[in-house]
Amino acid sequence: MSIGLVMDEPNKDDGIVLTEAQKRARRSRSIAIAVSLAVLVVLFYVMTLVKGPMILIRPM
Amino acid sequence: MSLISEGAELRDQGLDIQALAQPSLASAGDYIALLKPRVMSLVVFTALVGLAVAPGSLHPVTAFTALLCIAVGAGASGALNMWYDADIDAKMTRTARRPVPAGRVQPGEALAFGLTLSVFSVVILGLLVNVLSAALLAFTIFFYAVVYTMWLKRSTPQNIVIGGAAGAFPPMIGWAAVTGSMSLEPILLFAIIFIWTPPHFWALALYKTEDYARAGIPMLPVVAGEVVTRRHILLYTLLLVPVGIAPWPLGFASALYGATSVVTGAIMLLLAWQVFRERRPVERACRNLFAFSILYLFLLFAVLLVDRGWGGLIARIAA
Repeated sequence: MSIGLVMDEPNKDDGIVLTEAQKRARRSRSIAIAVSLAVLVVLFYVMTLVKGPMILIRPM
Repeated sequence: MSLISEGAELRDQGLDIQALAQPSLASAGDYIALLKPRVMSLVVFTALVGLAVAPGSLHPVTAFTALLCIAVGAGASGALNMWYDADIDAKMTRTARRPVPAGRVQPGEALAFGLTLSVFSVVILGLLVNVLSAALLAFTIFFYAVVYTMWLKRSTPQNIVIGGAAGAFPPMIGWAAVTGSMSLEPILLFAIIFIWTPPHFWALALYKTEDYARAGIPMLPVVAGEVVTRRHILLYTLLLVPVGIAPWPLGFASALYGATSVVTGAIMLLLAWQVFRERRPVERACRNLFAFSILYLFLLFAVLLVDRGWGGLIARIAA
């Protein structure tokens, strides 16, 4: 076995190596989670401004 | 179906168990598909009408929060439905391309997604709007995911009659978000959607009978046959038309709504009559009824929104 061939093969110690499609899918999910978290932060911030101290009161 | 038995069930279905250990190929779009966006849009629209026609005031940001939570809650119940129904979805042409049966999203991922969104939507609605609307949203999710999906759908031809309640709750939730209470008017909006659901879905089931039969779902056309289903469609439409008109004589809506509900109700009746009388092939009449039933519900609620809600919404935003 040549050295070049060995270097091209993924090392077993690297664990699971993602394919390009899997990387794209993961990036797409990560962006969606980031956007969702940002929306939640903005929502809580704006609702606190809107309601003021009333934010702590839970009406029926 | 439980998470523990998921692997065994997938193996029984002939799916690749090794796929469970592979990194996910699901994109954000697949997760959005789990939320059933088209169903969600109707839910948001009817909830908006409930919110807009309710007496009292609600800050626009609070109203937006309520609608967002209702939309996410509806989407969560859709994800739970797709998790539980993956086996029968795979057998039906209409649903085989959904993310779970297509293998892009694993069942456990859909379950976790649905449960997380359910909890978030209910808790946020309760904390930021009010407790009654949050309780109604929680009950709606439970009703759709457990009562309809897990119990009724596979066990009785009356599945969509009773299960239709889940789709009828959103205007009540919208109303409760503003008032924190219930009254006859939101119950009437509930009744319109509740009675509208059976003829709407049975029209679809009539031309997708083979699909439902292959999946083993006891829809009325599968169990009782075409003739009985056609008769039921006509009977429910006969019930729907006066209920659709009712907000006008009861003083909840203007003559514009009255005229719209009478004209569109007459068209619904005509199409239901065509389905009832049509000899084979019945597909065209059913497709016409199915398509118009969506327009019917949209028009009734749109006129109510313009009639009762639009002025109120503008006043609230101005205030």
